[in-house]
Amino acid sequence: MSSFKPKIIAFCCYNCAYAAADLAGTMRLQYDPCVSVIGVPCTGAIDLTTVLTAFEEGADGVFIAGCLKGECHYKVGNLRALERVKYLKRVLSEAGIDGDRLEMYFLSAAMGSRFAEIAKEMTDRIRGMGPLPLNGCPEEGEGK
Amino acid sequence: MIVAERKPLAEIVAALGKCRKVLVVSCSGCTAVCFTGGAKQAEVLASSIRMHYRVAGVPVNTGTVAVTRQCDREFLQPIEHRLTGVDAVVSLACGVGVQFLAEAFADLWVVPALNTRFAGGRVGTTLWEERCRMCGDCILHLTGGICPVTRCSKSLLNGPCGGAAGEHCEIDSSIPCAWIHIYERLKRAGRLELWQKLQQPKDWSRGNAGGLGRLAREDYSE
Amino acid sequence: MKAGSRLKQVLQKGHFAVTCEMGPPKSAQIQGMLAKARAVKGYVDAVNVTDCQSAVVRLSSLAGAVHLLREGLEPVLQVTCRDRNRIAIQSDLLGAYSLGIRNVLCLTGDHQRFGNHPTAKGVFDLDSVQLVNIVKGFSERRIFANGEPIKEGAPDYFIGAVENPFSGPLELRVLRLEKKIRAGAAFIQTQAVFDLERFKRFMSLVRDRGLDEKCFILAGVIPPKSERAAIFMRDKVPGISVPDDIVTRLRNAADPKQEGIRIAKELISAVQSIEGVSGVHIMAIGWEEVVPQLVSETGLYPRPA
Repeated sequence: MSSFKPKIIAFCCYNCAYAAADLAGTMRLQYDPCVSVIGVPCTGAIDLTTVLTAFEEGADGVFIAGCLKGECHYKVGNLRALERVKYLKRVLSEAGIDGDRLEMYFLSAAMGSRFAEIAKEMTDRIRGMGPLPLNGCPEEGEGK
Repeated sequence: MIVAERKPLAEIVAALGKCRKVLVVSCSGCTAVCFTGGAKQAEVLASSIRMHYRVAGVPVNTGTVAVTRQCDREFLQPIEHRLTGVDAVVSLACGVGVQFLAEAFADLWVVPALNTRFAGGRVGTTLWEERCRMCGDCILHLTGGICPVTRCSKSLLNGPCGGAAGEHCEIDSSIPCAWIHIYERLKRAGRLELWQKLQQPKDWSRGNAGGLGRLAREDYSE
Repeated sequence: MKAGSRLKQVLQKGHFAVTCEMGPPKSAQIQGMLAKARAVKGYVDAVNVTDCQSAVVRLSSLAGAVHLLREGLEPVLQVTCRDRNRIAIQSDLLGAYSLGIRNVLCLTGDHQRFGNHPTAKGVFDLDSVQLVNIVKGFSERRIFANGEPIKEGAPDYFIGAVENPFSGPLELRVLRLEKKIRAGAAFIQTQAVFDLERFKRFMSLVRDRGLDEKCFILAGVIPPKSERAAIFMRDKVPGISVPDDIVTRLRNAADPKQEGIRIAKELISAVQSIEGVSGVHIMAIGWEEVVPQLVSETGLYPRPA
């Protein structure tokens, strides 16, 4: 499994985790380049289908990183994201995909090293799980 | 409104069997309002179906289409062009919508994605409760606006049974005894004489005991 | 047609009536129930035969009642609204009367969720008040529930109903009792009395409304077999209230069964002295062999001829 290079998508809130990811870079902290950061205005704005699309289009793991509880700039956006993550874990496992391939984290803009830690934690976790079971089977064209 | 719940994915894909081109049809009526059958739930279900089959190594082709109300023929005709080559449609409507869909397209294989539960409304963030059993013979004017047919577990019409534990139903301590509530409401309104009136056996034939429900409106013309 | 209800005669003559209760077996084997019937014969005026109590499938109350008749006991046929609609119930009541059954007890029935077939569809076409009224219609107006005349052989049952003085607001229970009496109930068997204070308050409201003049009230008594049985009734049986002192007495007793018998005898004597109580209904729940002792040691034996 050592040749396995996972693809991990990190949806990060601009107000905290995205800045933390930046800070991690500035601090020259190493984390695996397989983590691709996508900035969002608030984790509460991440739609259910966005996360599912990430998996369907090749992500082996996804994590959502929002503000610390109580610090969301839109009050409860991060808590809504947490509820969606809980729901999506069930949706994934119903479809035969380990729900732990998706995770929610809370951090502040100052937590650069925590971001690097989370990135490593998720990379290790997904490496341990191996490739997403979808990735052996091609996607058919959508009938839309 | 009609309240429905999603069937487990395993049940839906078992019903799909060997179908490989699947169209998920949402309904923007009641089932969208109770967050089970709307456009978003259709996207999630379509994705779940795709992922399920891909995990099994079998690619499927799925798409979604939104229908304003599946229980209305007018809204079904416009989706006809989406059905070409489709092996099965998965309907996110209540049992009414599923049947209207099947009736509208005689050769279409229709799989229900929901279990239709009851006519009710939302009483908590994630809680819906039944309010009407559709008996066809409303007596809410006699019972202070609380329906004993629906809310008494035995549909009693002449007061509570002997099993009420405190103020709760004998079958579930989280359900209030409908008849104790009716009594208190009538008492507050000074209309206890309604409680004392003997309610004769009900004409259940106007509800589901009477066979297929049908309503002809002679007073109405287009 | 055979003679009328003996239970009715006993009550009308002003005797303090004694009834007890028997649950038919969960099989087609009736011997056990008949042995219990023989044990109580002569000690009670009538024996209730339960109708799939707790929603558990048992030999039918109608068949059980006929077995008792053959043994020379007078049955009270219990009929619930849970399992049969108005067609089946009326049909059974015609059949039961033709077989010589003269007493009927109309109940709503425990919800099917409690029983051994919890996925069954409950019928509840009628409620107990409506059922009482239909049986009353048989004898008083000689009609079926739909108003159609019964041309001949209309059953003339001694009609009973139940009331639970221990459930929900007390005044509501009294109003409900009144409704049952207006519907045609001639006798009432109550839920088991453990909480004497509440029962006395109930009876005082009953007397205030003159209901004891309009029907015979038989107070329910259950001899508690053990502390565990008392706690089970208190916590698990819908609508029974068991005060703490009864539980404590059973806990501290050297011989809980003897203590249970003592408690039952005290309850029988206590309800006997309450104005408006016309009899006692002993629900021994499988412990029927204790009934003769309870009856004789409370001075209720011999029974009137």
